[in-house]
Amino acid sequence: MSRQRIPLVTELPLVIWLVLVWGALWQDFSPGNLVFGAIIAYAVVNFFYLPPVELTGRFNVLWVVPFLGRFLYRLVVASAEVFWLAVTRGPSLRSAVVAVQLRSRSDFLVTATGHAISLIPGSLVLEVDRSTSTLYLHCLHIRSDEDAEAIRRDVRATEVWLIRLMGSRTDLDALTAEEARR
Amino acid sequence: MVNDVIVSVLLVGGALMSLAAGIGLVRFPDLLSRMHAATKPQVLGLLLFLLALAVEFESWPLVPVLVLCWIFQLLTSPVSAHMVGRAGYRTRHLRRDLLTLDELDDVVARAAEGDPAGPDRTEATRREAGGGTA
Amino acid sequence: MTTVVYVAGGILAIAVLLALYRAVRGPSILDRVLALDVVLAVVGAGLVLNMVAGRHLDNLVLLVTISLIGFIGSVTVARFVTDRK
Repeated sequence: MSRQRIPLVTELPLVIWLVLVWGALWQDFSPGNLVFGAIIAYAVVNFFYLPPVELTGRFNVLWVVPFLGRFLYRLVVASAEVFWLAVTRGPSLRSAVVAVQLRSRSDFLVTATGHAISLIPGSLVLEVDRSTSTLYLHCLHIRSDEDAEAIRRDVRATEVWLIRLMGSRTDLDALTAEEARR
Repeated sequence: MVNDVIVSVLLVGGALMSLAAGIGLVRFPDLLSRMHAATKPQVLGLLLFLLALAVEFESWPLVPVLVLCWIFQLLTSPVSAHMVGRAGYRTRHLRRDLLTLDELDDVVARAAEGDPAGPDRTEATRREAGGGTA
Repeated sequence: MTTVVYVAGGILAIAVLLALYRAVRGPSILDRVLALDVVLAVVGAGLVLNMVAGRHLDNLVLLVTISLIGFIGSVTVARFVTDRK
């Protein structure tokens, strides 16, 4: 494996994350422990080489809380819904495989959207087409085309939230342009 | 006293999520619909139980570990769900008569005709592997 | 508090029995893997219940470990199923 040097700046989020993990696992956020953790994190990042994840370089802290709130709300609602379906409908349940075309071409953002969608019960990513950034989802309780359309709108809304949270500049500009047209 | 009530509600809620998964596993008709039931105790159930733990012990140093535990679960459970779901779809472990709509079918058919390895498939695998470690 | 622990434990026991039923019945190996994933989640829930009941934190490491590497088993099996086809 050819190993080119990665600039420290691209590694920095990973190192910070590892230091936080270290502190959390020891349940000790004292400076000494964190410094030791930073040394270990730096060594780990350099010895156990992974291709760098290309972040978009933008992160809007203001959107974190609303996004988490929406995510938790949908999580609770969808969980209750699936529970209800399991008890009342059971074997006669109809579902569908729906293709959803996303806006963003960024791998990172498509992965994040897929993760957020999979975590909410009732939808599950079966396949990803990377060239067109299309997600193929398996969704519970889809009886008609309107239901499928609702799912598509919902997934694209999730993507909008993620673009606002941490999408790249170009994605964000495309989004504002699209909203201005409407 | 108030804490006890909150902890009780959280514990019973989390346990109910597991029960829902159990009922879903038994009652849903095919593999892919069962998978929806199975993700529930892993995400919301775990969250409720961890919250119960935080409320019960009321100690701040505990919170980062619990958050970390939940984040690990959030990062890993979609990966396994995607892998199992994809394998299930590809090995035809689903009841097509119960699908209202299948927009992946012709895509897969075309990919299978073109070349057996399927470029979209290796791409998807690589992407998901990258996402898992991110 | 003891009552709550017993109630939650009872619900978990029913859940694990239902999941085990699916693991035994199958019909496919993916169904079994899925059911065992749920069993693992219930085991994690049981660890938390044990900590709350006994007011100790000994199982925390186990819980973090489960949430970190619990997915590897099902990924491996899914991989194996796909490739053998």
